[in-house]
Amino acid sequence: MSPRLTALDALHRSLGATMTDFAGWDMPLRYGSEREEHLAVRTKAGLFDLSHMGEITVTGPQAGELLDHALVGFISALGVLRARYTMICREDGGILDDLIVYRTAETEYMVVANASNAQVVLDALTERAAGFDAEVRDDRDAYALIAVQGPEANGILASVTDADLPGLKYYALLPATVAGKEVWLARTGYTGEDGFEVFCAPADAEHLWTALTEAGAPVGLVPAGLSCRDTLRLEAGMPLYGHELSTDLTPFDAGLGRVVRFDKTTNEGEFVGRKALEAAAAQAEANPPRKLVGLVSEGKRVPRAEYAVVSTDGTPIGRITSGAPSPTLGKPIAIAYVDAAHAAPGTAVAVDVRGKHEPVEVVALPFYKRAR
Amino acid sequence: MSNPTHLQYTEEHEWLTAAEDGVSTVGITAHAADALGDIVYVQLPEVGETVTAGETCGELESTKSVSDLYSPATGEITEINQAVIDDPASVNSDPFGDAWLFKVRVEATDKLLTADEYDAFIKA
Repeated sequence: MSPRLTALDALHRSLGATMTDFAGWDMPLRYGSEREEHLAVRTKAGLFDLSHMGEITVTGPQAGELLDHALVGFISALGVLRARYTMICREDGGILDDLIVYRTAETEYMVVANASNAQVVLDALTERAAGFDAEVRDDRDAYALIAVQGPEANGILASVTDADLPGLKYYALLPATVAGKEVWLARTGYTGEDGFEVFCAPADAEHLWTALTEAGAPVGLVPAGLSCRDTLRLEAGMPLYGHELSTDLTPFDAGLGRVVRFDKTTNEGEFVGRKALEAAAAQAEANPPRKLVGLVSEGKRVPRAEYAVVSTDGTPIGRITSGAPSPTLGKPIAIAYVDAAHAAPGTAVAVDVRGKHEPVEVVALPFYKRAR
Repeated sequence: MSNPTHLQYTEEHEWLTAAEDGVSTVGITAHAADALGDIVYVQLPEVGETVTAGETCGELESTKSVSDLYSPATGEITEINQAVIDDPASVNSDPFGDAWLFKVRVEATDKLLTADEYDAFIKA
């Protein structure tokens, strides 16, 4: 199967991007140095094509109730033009995907799924919609998604839109006109920086990308690929599906039990996975099997996904889910599941890096938090 | 970046100079450095160690991955480039020049490619 191309494909190629297959999409991995792209987002701004993300619209009088039933969050309690990070789980509590849900109107929501899971989420929502007066619509082809992330993002957007940016809070959205095009402008992101995600018609994507590039050039905005997006989210301690999250884990296993809202009042409090998640919550409280922690190395070799974490005497105590050289910290970092006995910050453990045990220290997540 | 014609190449993306007093200098190609992305760590064989053509003799780590370094020649390592260990990013900026990796007293090599042949190989 040939990979899917975003509306910005020709632009990426003209910029000399190194492309990569990501969940069936041909996406820009990096344009030049991924380290420089990363640092630009931390200190200035980066421009991302995220059109691979999967938009699903849920609309109708019972759209909120349907999402309360289908997802673990209390979605109907979300204010109009607000967004929420949430998850969709199986009946056994296993995570199918992590999502951002935007409430775009009183009876309409946009669910944004990971590219790799978009079909699974669409199928699950469609199946779970039975009996609700609501429609689930595949809007993957209706939107391109461009993100502007970094401390200069606010100024860049302000120069191309009259939208009320000071009034647009973190995890909120607005219908806005940006560079003359009608878009959904959301203050969300996956980098640990202030920033915006612009959901637009694919036909408008090139125009918006070019306008944002021109607006951002004087303040150091650069195009940024998925490679730096991964190191940015890793430093910010944000989970990535397929790494920190999977169907074998519940939100409680991942230390994200807060997204599960047992206090929902709709549907008599019932939702898919409730029973299993209550058991997972009790288990996490009483006897957490493993905990998600950060690891920092003083060495040079990089702990990577699937490497074993061992105690100082060499006993296996966990595994790495993501790891990379951190451009901001200047040293290798990783996220890992480790046995609770070794999970306290400051604990000395090691990582089996291709046969050699490299000492690392357990730290609290995130590795990086921006100054506000 | 074009591949210098005075060098010989391997299909594992190393380059090798013509031997001078029996010693050749080895590095990785611009194509390889570019494919790896930002290189953050370089592990090289030690001086005095004997390496074998076609076998791994070190590793290169980039942001996204770790790759084995293959020796293009069999022989004793006579020198390694400490500057590259101290500044791995130099492999990205000057792979055919200052960022050479090691020197080896060549006893034998595997099949080596000319610049034109290597060019055709990476375009295939």
